Amino acid sequence: MRTMTPKLRIWWGVITVLVLVYALFPVFSIIATSFKLPSQLNLGQFLPKTWTWSNYEQILTGSAKDLFLPALRNSIGISLIATAIAVVLATLAAYAIARLDFPGKRLILTTALGVSIFPVVSIVTPLFNLWRNIGLYDTWLGLIIPYLSLTLPISIWTLAAFFRQIPWELEQAAQVDGATAWQAFRKAIVPLAAPGVFTTALIAFFIAWNDFVYGISLTSTSAARPVPAALAFFTGASQFEEPTGAISAAAVIVTVPVVILVLLFQRQIVSGLTQGAVKG
Amino acid sequence: MSADVATQAPARAPKKARSDRARSEARLGWWLAGPAFVVMLAVTIYPILQALYDSLFNYRLTAPDDKAFIGLNNYKVVLTDSLFWQSLWVTTLIMIVSVVVELLLGFALALVMHRAITSLRGLLRTAILVPYGIITVVSAFAWFYAFDINSGFINHWFDWVPGIDPNLNWFAHQGTSLSVIIASEIWKTTPFISLLLLAGLSQVPTELEEAAEVDGATWGQRLRRVVLPNMKAAIMVAVLFRALDAFRIFDNVYIMTNGANNTNVLSLLAYNTSINRLEIGLGSAISVILFLCVILICFIAIKLFKVDLASARGEG
Repeated sequence: MRTMTPKLRIWWGVITVLVLVYALFPVFSIIATSFKLPSQLNLGQFLPKTWTWSNYEQILTGSAKDLFLPALRNSIGISLIATAIAVVLATLAAYAIARLDFPGKRLILTTALGVSIFPVVSIVTPLFNLWRNIGLYDTWLGLIIPYLSLTLPISIWTLAAFFRQIPWELEQAAQVDGATAWQAFRKAIVPLAAPGVFTTALIAFFIAWNDFVYGISLTSTSAARPVPAALAFFTGASQFEEPTGAISAAAVIVTVPVVILVLLFQRQIVSGLTQGAVKG
Repeated sequence: MSADVATQAPARAPKKARSDRARSEARLGWWLAGPAFVVMLAVTIYPILQALYDSLFNYRLTAPDDKAFIGLNNYKVVLTDSLFWQSLWVTTLIMIVSVVVELLLGFALALVMHRAITSLRGLLRTAILVPYGIITVVSAFAWFYAFDINSGFINHWFDWVPGIDPNLNWFAHQGTSLSVIIASEIWKTTPFISLLLLAGLSQVPTELEEAAEVDGATWGQRLRRVVLPNMKAAIMVAVLFRALDAFRIFDNVYIMTNGANNTNVLSLLAYNTSINRLEIGLGSAISVILFLCVILICFIAIKLFKVDLASARGEG
């Protein structure tokens, strides 16, 4: 590593601050808004004049509770299930793609690529109609199924890239050393594959958590409506009041887990995103 | 599928054992990968075929019994509607502006991350990942409230800039609305592009760059002659993926303007037609057109820029 001259050090300081401001400013902006009193929203200031928890109280225990809490439960449940199904299916598929030689391997990867660029809105109209006819409209399952179109392709790509890098000879080596096939798999391969599976799950979860189009199109009540869709239906405490504070508080609550996950698993997420995309 | 394999396998005796093995490997392969493959087809191919079928009917959920076959009439209605062309133009504008800005900004961020010392790199990557992880709707609200004439502070902060004053209503005009919509889109998705470009940067052989430096090439020359040509594949993949993603833009527009003041985009037009107005036939036609646009963009990228997606994405 080169030693940094003072001038270079200042430059890097400036660059770092610029990047941090770019990445975090909108986040701080909505956090600041979430602590403003409804009466002080229009002051045109960035920071609240009086800091208040009232917006959080409104969505967690107050009048907007029945709008936000079910949506939070739906978002967590639906995203987790859609992620789990996608990761299980993708793990099997990626294992086959990375380890076995069979015709149609390329076809599967190309299909995954095609599905991942599919315009979501093109799928939503027929599903909306079909779901209403077969009773899947406004249910968890009615969202989990289309969410697979978002989570499955990227899971397959990311996992296939991860699995290709696993030294599978280890498995045979373990068997030569006297381990059974199952022991060899569990002791030699699972520890190597687990980080890839975990990272894939994380990325797939982010994508399901982010969905909005399916959420507003295929639900109508708090029975299945996820948070992003619910935010669009928030209303103010009275007819003359904008729901700005409540929406901001809800937005902060659903953003906090994401920021924590990013802080904890930054390295894994970056390697997952780039390996699935450009093999580096 | 396994039947195909059997007929393709060479029948000569010495290879018999191997072809048996190949056949069982192929069978196992499809047993493992088949479910994922079937699910992917079921959640995309079926709906788009259904949309194609529905688009040939005069079909409103408000009057389902009046469903009647009308051929390509829905397409005629859509293609002669000025709102459609307006939406197509706005969608294309958003796509082009955001991809160009994101490519430049993403490249700058990638260079910063590439050159940063290890201790800084972790911090920078973590910060960059925050917008990636944030829900698009949350990003839309954050930008909306910052610029909004009532709850915003941007007007007060930047009132020294010509054209900005406390009474500027950003969401009452097409140009200003689109600027904020594009800003939110860029903020949220540049991290993805910059990570793809970072991976491309790390593939550029350092010896080449050093050799050029020894030969006296300036920084700009090295960038143009050595770095960029070597990461062409990464750039093309990033551009194509973001272009297709931007073409589907929905969340930001829905939250900020819901299509008001000529800011309608194709996805929103399709959504409003089928889900809000329940005109399934017409909405399906727009969905099919949107799908064809995406195919067209792919086709142009692959033919014109020779993007080999499969090889660039790691399938050698």
